[in-house]
Amino acid sequence: MELYELTLHELQDKLQKKETSSEEITRSVFSRINQVEDKVKSFITVIDKETVLKKARESDESGKFTGVTGIPYGLKDLFCTRGVLTTCASNMLANYIPTHSSTAVSKLEEQKGIMVGKLNMDEFAMGSSTETSAFFPTRNPWDLDRMPGGSSGGSAAAVRADEVIFSLGSDTGGSIRQPASFCGVVGLKPTYGRVSRSGVVAFASSLDQVGVFSKDVEDCAIVLKTISGYDPLDSTSVNIEVPDYTTYLDGDIKGMKIGYPREYFEQGVTEDIKQAVFKALKKFEELGAIVEEVSLPHSEYALPAYYLIAPAEASTNMAKFDGVRFGYRNISADNVIDMFCNSRSDSFGDEVKRRIMLGTYALSSGYYDAYYLKALKVRRLIANDFDKVFKDFDIIISPTTPNTAFKIGQQDDPLALYMNDILTVPVNMAGLPGMSIPCGFSNGLPIGMQLIGKPFAEGSILKAAYAFEQNTDYHKVKPDLGVK
Amino acid sequence: MALTIQEVEHVALLARLKLDDDEKELFAAQLSSILDYANRLNELSTEDVEPLVHILPIYNVFREDEVQPGTPREEILSNAPLLEDNQYKVPKII
Amino acid sequence: MAQEFETVIGLEVHAELKTATKIFCSCSTAFGSEPNTQVCPICSGFPGTLPVLNKKVVELAIRTGLALHSEIPEFCKFDRKNYFYPDLAKAYQISQYDLPICKGGYLDIEVNGSKKRIGINRAHMEEDAGKLVHQGDITTTPFSLVDLNRSGIPLLEIVSEPDMSSAAEARTYLEKLRAILLFAGVSDCKMQEGSLRCDANVSVKPVGQKELGTRTEIKNLNSFRALERAIEYEAKRHTCLLEDGDGDKIIQETRTWDEEKQETRSMRSKEEANDYRYFPDPDLPPLKIKQEWIKEIKNSMPELPEIAEERLVKDCGLPEYDASIITMTPESLAFFDGCVKSYSDAKTISNWIMGDLTRLLNQNNIELTDCKITPDSLVSMLKMIDDGKISGKMAKDIFEDMFNTGKNPEVIVKEKGMVQISDEQTLVPILEDIIANNPRAVEDYKSGKKKAMGAMVGQVMKATKGQANPALVNKLLQQLLGR
Ligand SMILES: [Mg+2]
Ligand SMILES: [Zn+2]
Repeated sequence: MELYELTLHELQDKLQKKETSSEEITRSVFSRINQVEDKVKSFITVIDKETVLKKARESDESGKFTGVTGIPYGLKDLFCTRGVLTTCASNMLANYIPTHSSTAVSKLEEQKGIMVGKLNMDEFAMGSSTETSAFFPTRNPWDLDRMPGGSSGGSAAAVRADEVIFSLGSDTGGSIRQPASFCGVVGLKPTYGRVSRSGVVAFASSLDQVGVFSKDVEDCAIVLKTISGYDPLDSTSVNIEVPDYTTYLDGDIKGMKIGYPREYFEQGVTEDIKQAVFKALKKFEELGAIVEEVSLPHSEYALPAYYLIAPAEASTNMAKFDGVRFGYRNISADNVIDMFCNSRSDSFGDEVKRRIMLGTYALSSGYYDAYYLKALKVRRLIANDFDKVFKDFDIIISPTTPNTAFKIGQQDDPLALYMNDILTVPVNMAGLPGMSIPCGFSNGLPIGMQLIGKPFAEGSILKAAYAFEQNTDYHKVKPDLGVK
Repeated sequence: MALTIQEVEHVALLARLKLDDDEKELFAAQLSSILDYANRLNELSTEDVEPLVHILPIYNVFREDEVQPGTPREEILSNAPLLEDNQYKVPKII
Repeated sequence: MAQEFETVIGLEVHAELKTATKIFCSCSTAFGSEPNTQVCPICSGFPGTLPVLNKKVVELAIRTGLALHSEIPEFCKFDRKNYFYPDLAKAYQISQYDLPICKGGYLDIEVNGSKKRIGINRAHMEEDAGKLVHQGDITTTPFSLVDLNRSGIPLLEIVSEPDMSSAAEARTYLEKLRAILLFAGVSDCKMQEGSLRCDANVSVKPVGQKELGTRTEIKNLNSFRALERAIEYEAKRHTCLLEDGDGDKIIQETRTWDEEKQETRSMRSKEEANDYRYFPDPDLPPLKIKQEWIKEIKNSMPELPEIAEERLVKDCGLPEYDASIITMTPESLAFFDGCVKSYSDAKTISNWIMGDLTRLLNQNNIELTDCKITPDSLVSMLKMIDDGKISGKMAKDIFEDMFNTGKNPEVIVKEKGMVQISDEQTLVPILEDIIANNPRAVEDYKSGKKKAMGAMVGQVMKATKGQANPALVNKLLQQLLGR
């Protein structure tokens, strides 16, 4: 077995026992990137190998291994990284080099984690397939003709292709859980407010949350602990103590109450996926959990509400890209309005333009009440649905997506593509922690199961996910990228 | 509901986007179908529902009034497309 | 048939709050630094940055609200105001839309002896934009430069009701508001530095008509004089149009005051009307303001001008007019208070402050805080007048010397040998001399022309280089001339 194939906790174990070094692990990861990156295309930027190895040696020299110390990872390319190109997969930021790092990244750096590169994504996180990247689409490691999901598609594909040991992504309407599901890895979106958003380029501020991609649940718990916590730079990060999430990983879920929402098994979910998730629920029952059907009656309204709220916020978050202080500028314009319009139109892709237009419309005078305000009210109803169920249940389980990964270029109707997020969006609307773990395959493509928890109860979903993982082998199956 | 080309043009100007004629037609059609979908929300009566803006029940998040050094000028200006006299240079306003 | 018109004025005042740091980041607010040296990624609107609210801003806003008799609602929030402009870093301004920190309120003004209460509609917190520097004129310059030092400076926008009906009232309102902001310690209110800015909404309607006329908003009023003149100009413009039956030519628009041409000018471009698309800022949790906090702020509130004015009238016996002038700034009140504690003639003190002191400060463009005359030195001088050591006329010269050099009056008098001649033995020979040499004046005086006396006193003062005690000279002359 190559080092790059191992999980974070296996590698950390070896590091602590001095059986390997961060330098060796890093070399191994680089050799893997060399092997498969041409096929998978996860990275927008791979950091210069010598620079990374130097960092790895520094962490070796520190002699103290804990959490992510010495472990190579990748970042969705919307995490600002001081001195390192941060593009958001957009021509707008094709040359943008931040002067500050995001808080989540600083926390990984404090523990001397090893950042090897910046990962592909849908442009400014707007998309569900990583096809809206201005640069190139990323391929699904299970089938290179298929997309990896999105918007954090590069982060999911890189972990599944063993190009990094773990990665960070962001999730506004499913952008971690959906690609995790399509690529067959663990993906967790924490409670809104759990991880600082400072330094993460915003898509929709009230929905965005930073999260983790990993090879298994234990790794996820370790990384989540590292990046969580209150940050004075983010007023919406919450000052609640961060538990050691690994203490939840005891496999004991006897008496845990699991609800599965009936509405999440309608909505065009494929038969294979339904079967896989029901089978998983059986497994939970076998393990001693109490599994019951529940109802989240406003589920079907989450998506239309989301596609008003998220674009509305995005339309103003994206306004700062005006060609004045950073980013692309069309220099031919001889007046400021043309400069704004041309700079933005030249460098934003269609999906970004579409959402800016949609959001601008939803907020504009005469439509605010009918669209934006209405959506905020529906958001309340959706959050209330969850509150009600969580009075009696510990966690909620559903499919992560209604289908498995699409072929690249298959979808050109934006609305049809938005439907992909139908099972993940409600979780963002309610600000809850949500997670996707592998629970089966359909025609050789992974199926994801979504676990949803109460606010700040990431421990509960990690606990359930771990118990499931310990009693199944889905997470151990890896795609054959035809290189060995 | 169908968005007119004029509405698309108005929104594009508000959003400072320049669209060609094909884009205007495409967006008019696509935005119309998304808004049609959004109109489903009207199936719900929300008269007495409080809009949900901030999901977290937190208030009064403050910072103390203590100065910290800003970012060095060369650094903060290093990403600027066009500069003069250490200021961002922009074409005429009117 | 000649119709009477009346003007309706409301003011929007932006006061820069006196904090060390900006409203949403820790950059300094110091004035006058090199361009783009007090900036960070947050106030420069860089991707990934988030605002964090400065607590002091909220405190100062509440303090202002209390001073203006406003309601401080239990709940308020921040909203984004969206528009593109090169000096607006994020292309939205964080402001407050429907739930501001201060609701309602009033302040009382007095113009030409009549008192009036001007309503305050609201006051809200917001961030300032950066500064756009044009080479030459904004309409002709091929490019402009953006300095973001100001970007994110905390502002309180105070919106009055349209309760004013003349330029004089508007000016008085702004003066009074400025005094309140200064006393409450919430703003420096330096109009030249832009820490107090004022926009005026002006409309004109036939007397007695209920609904308001079409209003225009005048921007760029950076002095009291500009405010007055611009309102006068604009009101006249509206009135003329209405009188000519061209009322429809008054369009609701923003106009700017051209200081050089002394006229208002339309700022409309062919651009679409603005649609600011206000909505709650998701990056900033709302505020819940508890009564205890308000109480705490109330208890630490400095003396406000209204209260001080009352004190000067009641306790010191100052005329209301004097009291209102002295209480225009905390500095002049402190100066007065410094004098009155060791000198009981309050009116004399206020005369000196409102007269010579103000004149010298204005002539030399000096703030009272930088003035070399202290309350103690003024009181010393006043006592020397009372003791007959110097004349009032001499005092004026001495005072100017004190102003320029900061020396004590005693020192100046000694250095210049400016001692008042108050003994009869020295004066009588001089007077006799003058009587002898001015038979005509003596005759005039005796025939009842009182004016003649003044001419002779003048001659005495001339002969003594102004050192003769004028009261004594008068008395002696009368004696010598036999009444
Ligand atoms: Mg304002
Ligand atoms: Zn700053």
